[in-house]
Amino acid sequence: MATSRRMLTLWRVAVFIAALAPLVYWGWQVAINAAGPEPGRYLLLNIGQGILWMLLLTLSLTPLTKLTRWKGFTLIRRQLGLWTLAYAVAHLLCYALFILGLDLSRLGSEIVRRPYIIVGMLALVGLIVMGVTSNKWSMRKLGKRWKTVHKVVYLVLGLGLLHFLWVVRADLEQWSLYAAAGALLMVLRIPPVARQLPKIRQLGKRHQGARA
Amino acid sequence: MLIKIAKPSDLRESDVTPESVYLSRRRFMGGVIGVGAGLALAGRAQAATGPDYADVPAGNPPGWFGPKLENAKWGAVVPADRDLDKNTPFEDATHYNNFYEFGTGKSDPSKRAGSLETQPWSVVIDGEVGNGGRFALEDIVKPSQLQERIYRLRCVEAWSMVIPWLGIPLSEVIKRAEPTSKAKYVKFETLVRPEQMPGQDSSFALIDWPYTEGLRMDEAMHPLAILGLGMYGRELPNQNGAPFRLIVPWKYGFKSIKSIVRISLVEQQPVNSWQAIAPDEYGFYANVNPNVDHPRWSQATERRLPNSLFNPNIIDTRMFNGYADEVGSLYAGMDLRKQF
Repeated sequence: MATSRRMLTLWRVAVFIAALAPLVYWGWQVAINAAGPEPGRYLLLNIGQGILWMLLLTLSLTPLTKLTRWKGFTLIRRQLGLWTLAYAVAHLLCYALFILGLDLSRLGSEIVRRPYIIVGMLALVGLIVMGVTSNKWSMRKLGKRWKTVHKVVYLVLGLGLLHFLWVVRADLEQWSLYAAAGALLMVLRIPPVARQLPKIRQLGKRHQGARA
Repeated sequence: MLIKIAKPSDLRESDVTPESVYLSRRRFMGGVIGVGAGLALAGRAQAATGPDYADVPAGNPPGWFGPKLENAKWGAVVPADRDLDKNTPFEDATHYNNFYEFGTGKSDPSKRAGSLETQPWSVVIDGEVGNGGRFALEDIVKPSQLQERIYRLRCVEAWSMVIPWLGIPLSEVIKRAEPTSKAKYVKFETLVRPEQMPGQDSSFALIDWPYTEGLRMDEAMHPLAILGLGMYGRELPNQNGAPFRLIVPWKYGFKSIKSIVRISLVEQQPVNSWQAIAPDEYGFYANVNPNVDHPRWSQATERRLPNSLFNPNIIDTRMFNGYADEVGSLYAGMDLRKQF
């Protein structure tokens, strides 16, 4: 699939705007007092789900590329990865500011004591490691090891889902949907399955050809 | 007995009996110890008219509710420090709810509870009682006077509100049921009606419906424990547990079970729903206690709602939610760390 350079730039800008839009929307809801009596928690929980969305979207790019061969998907991988990190940092800030009231001593004790927070912090560390090594200089510097380092993303997905699971208290429906999406993206990476993806594309092409 | 009755709308809140006439905590305690039971609470407050809830939207109460409201004792229990414990706005108290029968989101109940049919409503009173059976709600309420109780509400999730409830003492209802000597606990159950309660339809729900709660007999007989029928000078909105719910202000909010259809007096300690799901996180007693953390978060402080991004409004949580003088003796000698 060939797309012009200009279209690809537009595509990247469109992805940027789409990734920013939820934050603007939630901020707007808070500003017009439509976020309920606890706006900080509203932001915390929505942004928390936003992290999972960004992470799952990032992880869907490789299978999508295999399926379509469109380079637009590869082109936004770093951007979506960094959005995942940005959402995660915003999530932690919400927790520190609005739930703990910036009581930093409590932040320290809570991080050590609560398993779900430990797990969440570990996931954030993973995202930070990938974030700071996402530039071209790091890629050159790390060479082959870069790919290994960025395999941390699978660990981050697992930790993120565990963090969410330990927050859920009475109904697993929403969590199950995220977990199922994550599991599907992992299955698509199993080599025998991954090898089928380009074939599906060729099948589709042949089908189109037959119709034409 | 001559009771002067005025319409709730006649006077403004500022016109109600001055606060000095309300009991100080000490005198209130004297009253409870001296006279006992809910009469002590009811007898002291002088206000005969309701505060101004003019900006609260009117509901659709059953016919018998109006006369009860006109005879209500307003401000029967009011927080000592009204600057700290201001009423939460009606809008917030009715749009930020935990009522998992309608979904797990805080705004789910207000969105989905509208279709719940609450009229007519009957309640089964059974178990270790002499006078059990199925009763129309109005018959349960009829012999008691409606009282306004302005209570702090502390959720186990570490947020809190202040709600002006309207209700009747639980003790009066239990006494009329004539408990036998075997009645050691009171067990409550919420309505099960999946067609109107979509949360009960979820196959991912961990709660085994009906939602169940329980109190020890002496807790249930305590004058602060009430059965709620209204709030903010009107009947309960559906999302707040209409038409009939429990309010136990010294315990975490999940103890105050909503939309009750069954009250059983039992010999064995009931297993409440949250305890059944996660016994290491939620106990039977669930008394508000800043010294005993929930495993996943601290209970030392609470966020008083509504708050804002600029002021999370974090305040210290008080022992028994600030009702320690009244209820502390119920738990004398108990290890509250173990029996949480």
